[in-house]
Amino acid sequence: MSEVIDASHDHHDHHGPAAGLARWLFTTNHKDIGTLYLWFAFLMLLIGGTMALIIRAELFQPGLQFVAPEFFNQMTTNHGLIMVFGAIMPAFVGLANWLVPMMVGAPDMALPRMNNLSFWILPFAFGMLISTLFMEAGGPNFGWTFYAPLSTTYAPETVTFFIFGVHMMGASSIMGSINIIATILNMRAPGMTLMKMPLFVWTWLITAYLLLAVMPVLAGAVTMMLFDIHFGTSFFNAAGGGDPVMFQHIFWFFGHPEVYIMILPAFGIVSAIIPTFARKPLFGYDSMVYATASIAFLSFIVWAHHMFTVGMPLAGQLFFMYSTMLIAIPTGVKVFNWVATMWQGSMTFETPMLFAIAFVVLFTIGGFSGLMLAITPVDYQYHDTYFVVAHFHYVLVPGALFSIIAAVYYWLPKWCGRMYDEKLGKLHFWLSFIGVNVTFFPQHFSGLAGMPRRIPDYALQFADFNMISSCGAFIFGFSQLLLMYIVIKAIRSGQPATDRVWEGAHGLEWTLPSPAPYHSFTEPPKITDADAHS
Amino acid sequence: MSAQSPVIRKTALKLCLIVVGMFGFGFALVPLYDLLCDITGLGGKTGGPYAYDPAETRVDKNRLVKVNFITNTNGGMSWDFWSEKNGVRVHPGQLKEVNFYVKNTTNRRMIGQAVPSVVPTSATDYFHKTECFCFNHQLLEPGEEMEMPMRFIVDSDLPANVQSISLSYALFDVTGFASEEVLNGPSSAAQQSAGAGAD
Repeated sequence: MSEVIDASHDHHDHHGPAAGLARWLFTTNHKDIGTLYLWFAFLMLLIGGTMALIIRAELFQPGLQFVAPEFFNQMTTNHGLIMVFGAIMPAFVGLANWLVPMMVGAPDMALPRMNNLSFWILPFAFGMLISTLFMEAGGPNFGWTFYAPLSTTYAPETVTFFIFGVHMMGASSIMGSINIIATILNMRAPGMTLMKMPLFVWTWLITAYLLLAVMPVLAGAVTMMLFDIHFGTSFFNAAGGGDPVMFQHIFWFFGHPEVYIMILPAFGIVSAIIPTFARKPLFGYDSMVYATASIAFLSFIVWAHHMFTVGMPLAGQLFFMYSTMLIAIPTGVKVFNWVATMWQGSMTFETPMLFAIAFVVLFTIGGFSGLMLAITPVDYQYHDTYFVVAHFHYVLVPGALFSIIAAVYYWLPKWCGRMYDEKLGKLHFWLSFIGVNVTFFPQHFSGLAGMPRRIPDYALQFADFNMISSCGAFIFGFSQLLLMYIVIKAIRSGQPATDRVWEGAHGLEWTLPSPAPYHSFTEPPKITDADAHS
Repeated sequence: MSAQSPVIRKTALKLCLIVVGMFGFGFALVPLYDLLCDITGLGGKTGGPYAYDPAETRVDKNRLVKVNFITNTNGGMSWDFWSEKNGVRVHPGQLKEVNFYVKNTTNRRMIGQAVPSVVPTSATDYFHKTECFCFNHQLLEPGEEMEMPMRFIVDSDLPANVQSISLSYALFDVTGFASEEVLNGPSSAAQQSAGAGAD
């Protein structure tokens, strides 16, 4: 430890950032890299969001209005890929970069140069993916789940760009995860025991392990696709002795832990924000840690609930149904803990708290529709309908995305030393909250009535729900521009923030000045009970 | 910054091992999947050529099982493919022969491969074939038609609750997989042995 710190003292004559573009290209500073990740994620949110609005514009009325069905398929596919791999995941990695070292009292990430590499791979990966949309053959059009043989035998020629794009995103995530684990395990300040770590650090530790376990499997799956397409193998081709159903098994072995990768850090964020604004310590810290670990474990044994309809023996259907329902128990523990934290607290409702409370309520709705989908016999009805779309958007938009927005409002004053405009923040919250529900709630109904997902046109009876849904989507989409305005306004001309920023905030990051200095905790801090997790 | 702490390096190396291991595990899922399907019969894939010994085989005269045949061509495969009967009734243990037919309706030389699938999957391991066109590729000249016998035995240990078995064949165009030599050579090479475990 001291070795690292001494070394960095020797090589750095100055403590500020380098000037100009070189600062961002060559930076090894965790705060710079966190900032890069967050802006990149926001850019991807806007691109993926634009695709969502193209989808919703087309679905505003039945019939084909704006885009050809082929292009519609490219929009649904790229919207999913960009939001999952380009927006949500990099945003969480960016938050981890900014916060994990400050929360555990470390001077930087454990592997700063690899940190730079893992970020700078991403623009190339997504540049490659998005460039396919401008090629003659068109972009990927087989859904974000890229089931074979749709993504192999019947794929557009640009699929190879997609494959290498996924390889690069995977490499970036894996390097990011190694860095986060190495930081958490090796760089904690003396006295910061594992069970004193803030829950955001805990949830990221577990998430990073999930990433290490499943991103290589995804890399394997796309490698098999590459071989099937170009080198005549038959991993997923029944004609040569392969099996397309095996693709679904391998994909969902990655895919189910992946959905928890996108929600566990959100649990950590909400577990930091709610105690601050309820002015009470988090209820049931230990049970939160164990619940997170249980969810991570269970995520490995439930994958086939995504594919009940492929034809599975009864024993398999029962196993995957019950193990899926089991996840409701640790998740319920978390929800009740958040509610118990708020119970009889002196609550105030600043913007981060509003987003955090909306997270608890709306994520729970998404969890309940997940439980409905887990029931095998009825899943045959729900499979591949808008009910599924409603379910995973409820857990990902007012779930994962709201938690990221809450985190930005909550820690922004620490990052840039200035407060955001509270009035505008609240306006942004209410627009987002109303927009998200108007968009996705009606999709439950159209799904239950039988509207299939991934279609550019639909039967007339779904028209009203789709029109409502599209209106909500435009409200929600455009209100995210307000977020950009609020953040830029805060950075440029916000009121100076105090060091602790929030009256009820606990944790090491709040002991630093605002804005957090470029190099923090070069001397390990002393851990007191007041600084430990909130 | 080059003076990385040895502790961090050790952790990073261990984590890299997890990554390498899981990449390998992804590929190990392929044989594991085949093995699981083999043991349980879940994929509905029937086994390879069955060694039939009439002296050893007990015919269960008290039981009749309906065997249905389904033929379909996959995707762009333009051959005609049909069976002489839609179904037969057999006693478990009784050897039965059914003819299947293919016709190359195109004007080019093509290779087809039939892939079998049995439903219910609990019957997969009790459905034996002594001869089947699905063990081989079929190479057909333009307009050529071929009769393909399939001999099978339903095992007398077939679970009692199974009264009817459906055997489905999907015919694939595998011309693209064959080498130039096979495709352009003499038609004596017609019966190429099937590729990687298509049986």
